[in-house]
Amino acid sequence: MSQYYYHSIRFDTEKCRGRMKCMRACPTKAIRVRNGKAMMIEERCIDCGECITVCPSGAIVPLTDPFGELTRFRHTVAIPSPALYAQFGREILPDKILAGLKKLGFDDAFDLAYTCGEVSFAIQEYLREYKGPKPLISNACPTVVRLIQVKYPDLIDLIIPINTPREIAAKEIKQKKSKQYGLAEKEIGAFYITPCPVKMISIKQPAEKGKSYLDGALAIADVYGPLLSAMEGVEKESYRRALESICILGIGWAMVGGICRTLRLRNSLAVSGLTEIIKVFDDIERGKLRNIDFVEAYSCTQGCVGGSLTVENIYSSYNKILKLIETLEFEKIKACPDIREVRKLYAQNYFFLERKIEPRPLTPLDEDLSQAIRKRREKEEIYESLPKIDCGACGSPDCLSFAEDVIMGKAQLTDCLFKVPQKFRELAEELIRLFDKSVLVNQFSRSPEKDDKYKKGKE
Amino acid sequence: MNHGEENELTQTFDIQGGDFAHAGSVSTKIKEILKEVGIDPAVIRRASIVAYEAEMNVVMYAQKGTFTLRLTPGQIHFRIEDEGPGIPDIDLAMQEGFSTATEEMREMGFGAGMGLPNIKKNADRFLISSLVGRGTMLSVYIFLRPEENP
Repeated sequence: MSQYYYHSIRFDTEKCRGRMKCMRACPTKAIRVRNGKAMMIEERCIDCGECITVCPSGAIVPLTDPFGELTRFRHTVAIPSPALYAQFGREILPDKILAGLKKLGFDDAFDLAYTCGEVSFAIQEYLREYKGPKPLISNACPTVVRLIQVKYPDLIDLIIPINTPREIAAKEIKQKKSKQYGLAEKEIGAFYITPCPVKMISIKQPAEKGKSYLDGALAIADVYGPLLSAMEGVEKESYRRALESICILGIGWAMVGGICRTLRLRNSLAVSGLTEIIKVFDDIERGKLRNIDFVEAYSCTQGCVGGSLTVENIYSSYNKILKLIETLEFEKIKACPDIREVRKLYAQNYFFLERKIEPRPLTPLDEDLSQAIRKRREKEEIYESLPKIDCGACGSPDCLSFAEDVIMGKAQLTDCLFKVPQKFRELAEELIRLFDKSVLVNQFSRSPEKDDKYKKGKE
Repeated sequence: MNHGEENELTQTFDIQGGDFAHAGSVSTKIKEILKEVGIDPAVIRRASIVAYEAEMNVVMYAQKGTFTLRLTPGQIHFRIEDEGPGIPDIDLAMQEGFSTATEEMREMGFGAGMGLPNIKKNADRFLISSLVGRGTMLSVYIFLRPEENP
């Protein structure tokens, strides 16, 4: 059952001081602290990045690509997440940001909001024809897709089979550029400018087990400083003209609710933050949300603008996108793809995922159901004997996980602080028993002398 | 087949009538247990719906109740007993769309008259008995070995 999972997070054991903040923050209970160091249970990790945010020692490192990666390619294109547009003040619009990226060394920079707009239309088309079980779930956030694969395998068929804008854009760009410059597609490097580390795994190990059209991901946080200086020299378009190039349907993909806004006639839900998503998914499992057509879910609070690799305060950046949409609405600027063109592409299966996403449920307690049931019962018995205060001092995130770790032989019952007095008592009792034994032995060993004395005395 | 010596897990949960804030927590715990032992996802989906609907019936109509899960390698068994008003006409209650839910419950999205029919639809074996003024007992089986499905 063991399988290698690529993760975009690494634990630096040198820096880790075992403060357990990551272990407590992890929503899938994928972290244990053993011998004072944090370690990951690979099959449980969904790469949400919560641990990166809370680590006080900087010991959890997101694995994104360095700038140097660009040199591997003959021609490079930056494809920034629309969340990048939210990182700067209100006056700095996408055209300037894209120009700045080119100055940084990319041969071209591509506006993903436009593709997002196309995909919004494609989702509308799909929802219109769809007759199966509901609600359908967005796959824009790779953490959400992984959460479903790992914790909600029975919901896997609800993931919408429409590909993500970043993949569609990268595919399109490679085809176009290779024709334009007479290069092989592999000579063209498509780099996503990412607000979170999880996009990195969706590139290295796509959920549907295919190959990503993207070649790497650079963190917004790494690009931000150089980009800010690069933009200084960029000549400014008039505000109005810059606005006219923004696709109102696509720009909203940077924040939660952005897709739902484009599906106005549909009964849709937008949810962000893993704890909230888990509540919604529980409701879907219970069959409670069958009247909802579409659920847009982002693991980061407020959507991609809340990613752990962004710079700007989440609420400021959320607000910037919202205000931009309001301005575009007010000015009646659409700059969106032509829906008739999108329908044509849709009919050619242009937007569909190339493979099916398969579940990857957690390994059960035992391969044999009967043994698994026995272990589950023992786990419950151990759990009942624990203090249930989830202190985490044992190195497991809560008492229930600890009970499981004990059953699976990955922890000792005496790792629980509250079991220590009991252990002392057991040891003390053992000592007393040994002591009693030794007294007995002494009596025995002395008895012949006594007997001798007695005998002598008698004599 | 002799099931007498097989491993078995029994757990009983209390349900408080009218406690909408925690409604659904029992079915969530049961779902977690089924996932941990590696029950097939499609079966978990059915069991989740049954557990949730049965739990909600207690929350909505009864004063209190207990939910007992008994899991063996051959079957999932739920037994839900409540102290409540009981059901005067079970045949009527089993009809789709029949509901005695209040306006408030409907506002919250419950009481579409699908609860009991939904449980029956997702169960392999379904027993119900009720005493007016005393309470209701539901016994639901989902079989895990297809050959035992009668």
